[in-house]
Amino acid sequence: MWGPSCWSFSDVRVITRSASSAAHQKVCVVGGGPAGFYTAQHLLKACQDVQVDIYERLPVPFGLVRFGVAPDHPEVKNVISTFTQTAHHARCCYYGNVNVGTDVSVEELREAYHAVVLSYGAEGNRSMGVPGEDLEGVYPAKDFVGWYNGLPSNRELNPGLDCETAVILGQGNVALDVARILLSPIDELKKTDITQRSLDALAQSQVRRVLIVGRRGPLQIAGTIKELREMVNLPDTKPEMVASEFEGMAEALKVIPRPRKRLTELMLKTAVDPPAEKERQRRQAASRSWGLRFLRSPLEVLAGPDGARVAGIRLAVNRLEGTGDGSVAVPTGEVETMDCGLVITSIGYKSLPIDPAVPFDPRKAIVPNSLGRVQQAAGLYCSGWLKTGPVGVIATTMNNSFDTAHSVVEDLTSGCLDATSAKPGSTGIGPLLDKRGVKPVSFSDWEKINQEERRRGAAQGKPREKLLDVEEMLKTART
Amino acid sequence: RLKTSSGTNLVPCVKLCWKILELRGRCPVRFDMSDNKVTVHFVNRDGEKITAKGSPGDSLLDLVINEDLDFDGFGACEGTLACSTCHLVFSEEVYEKLGPVTDEEMDMLDLAYGLTDTSRLGCQVCLTRALEGMEARVPESVADIRQTQDSSS
Repeated sequence: MWGPSCWSFSDVRVITRSASSAAHQKVCVVGGGPAGFYTAQHLLKACQDVQVDIYERLPVPFGLVRFGVAPDHPEVKNVISTFTQTAHHARCCYYGNVNVGTDVSVEELREAYHAVVLSYGAEGNRSMGVPGEDLEGVYPAKDFVGWYNGLPSNRELNPGLDCETAVILGQGNVALDVARILLSPIDELKKTDITQRSLDALAQSQVRRVLIVGRRGPLQIAGTIKELREMVNLPDTKPEMVASEFEGMAEALKVIPRPRKRLTELMLKTAVDPPAEKERQRRQAASRSWGLRFLRSPLEVLAGPDGARVAGIRLAVNRLEGTGDGSVAVPTGEVETMDCGLVITSIGYKSLPIDPAVPFDPRKAIVPNSLGRVQQAAGLYCSGWLKTGPVGVIATTMNNSFDTAHSVVEDLTSGCLDATSAKPGSTGIGPLLDKRGVKPVSFSDWEKINQEERRRGAAQGKPREKLLDVEEMLKTART
Repeated sequence: RLKTSSGTNLVPCVKLCWKILELRGRCPVRFDMSDNKVTVHFVNRDGEKITAKGSPGDSLLDLVINEDLDFDGFGACEGTLACSTCHLVFSEEVYEKLGPVTDEEMDMLDLAYGLTDTSRLGCQVCLTRALEGMEARVPESVADIRQTQDSSS
């Protein structure tokens, strides 16, 4: 029991490191977010002879788990422990601070690896495509979320919060997250990993009313019940709904599946039912309000007297054609104007092409693929939002990534990837990066950044205070 | 769970020590670990049946983790009601014995693929003696791979 099975930690490291460089099948994953890590996890488990290298543009890993999940949803981030385990796997290596597309090309990766999996997600925004979209005070939700979550490229967003009413276009979970962060009591937010800068800005915020506007009706909202319930229960806020927008819902409830039914019931209860006495008093005392508005599409963002800053939004009034998920919003010709000083567009993220050598469908904004295999590109795969479009929670991405990994494993074992011929893997890419002056950040370097963030956070009673600047991350990594 | 760093299970060793102390009259406490367990039969996605034993009070997620059961992606949020990956399906008879479901659990369960009327989240179901011998099916977490959306068209 206490014999040869008890290696010392450093012995084990040495032995498994040499085992990993002996792993014959080399796979590279581009993108260190949930898709990348789940794909790697599945590959490592399914193949005992595979080495998986994860390349990530930022020094820090975890993608939207770090920069997308709301600060007041820390449990969702528990998946990080699984990702950390994967990164520590003997046959896995993380290379942060490597920009695929500029520091190294996809072609170069395909030469060095048997298989390349693209999982770099969706860093662009869908735009409304209406006049006034470029006015001050109009922000894509992705940028607003990136701002309060410490994404370096959104550090200087400085959204103007000195107006009373904010309008959010879109009714998915991102829209609900933004509404909740705009209206949450500061005392709640200050215990989270929200950035100090945005916390200070929100503490000064004048925003008291948030309207969440959708093109279609209550039965089509893309948000889910947990997030809606959080709005209903948000301290010091009251719902401000238009009861007539919910006419006919009670009938529709009878024939829909349970998830949609419970969500609609909650909306109806909040919008239509007279509240119990305690709730009535709570609403009366509330200093902030939120509401859902339906059947409205943006036509134009209107400027105030200075001509530069948003003061309102003109909306087309729609009617629905068809029912359920497939129903379509059709303009009626009527228009309406809402006064507001802040507009946040939450109508979808969008993937961007990072390398001309990779097939890309500009209409759907995805890499065309079948079961994760990129079309007309043997040895090239995709997983996560780049594969299916920017929809779904972490579990969706997990399953999607497992499927792609399954395709890679099938191809590695069936012989169609010529996995028997030796490929250099990272020993081929390392010298290229070196020559180009690119210094990758290792996972243990990330752990130094992690430790520093947690140290700074502890001083403020927060789980972490994120570093906002890539240079600072690199400096910390090199200590 | 008692293990050495190399994974050797120490529990039998501890049991033996207690037994020796009992027999020598030095241990006043009768330490019997054998009959305090509840047997659960899991049915994996490919139909494989896996039997495991847990203690009353353990959740089904605890059991899956403690016994190292190999269900892909199970329990991603570590039992904090922030995902639906510990989704399990039961027979009507067993479902009735599992106790009430909170709104919080229902909210996350509503997101589970292949939701049924007898579905629960494993992290919220705790073992009791009355559940001895229960069966829990791990459902598919995504459409069959051949039906996975083909984004080529």
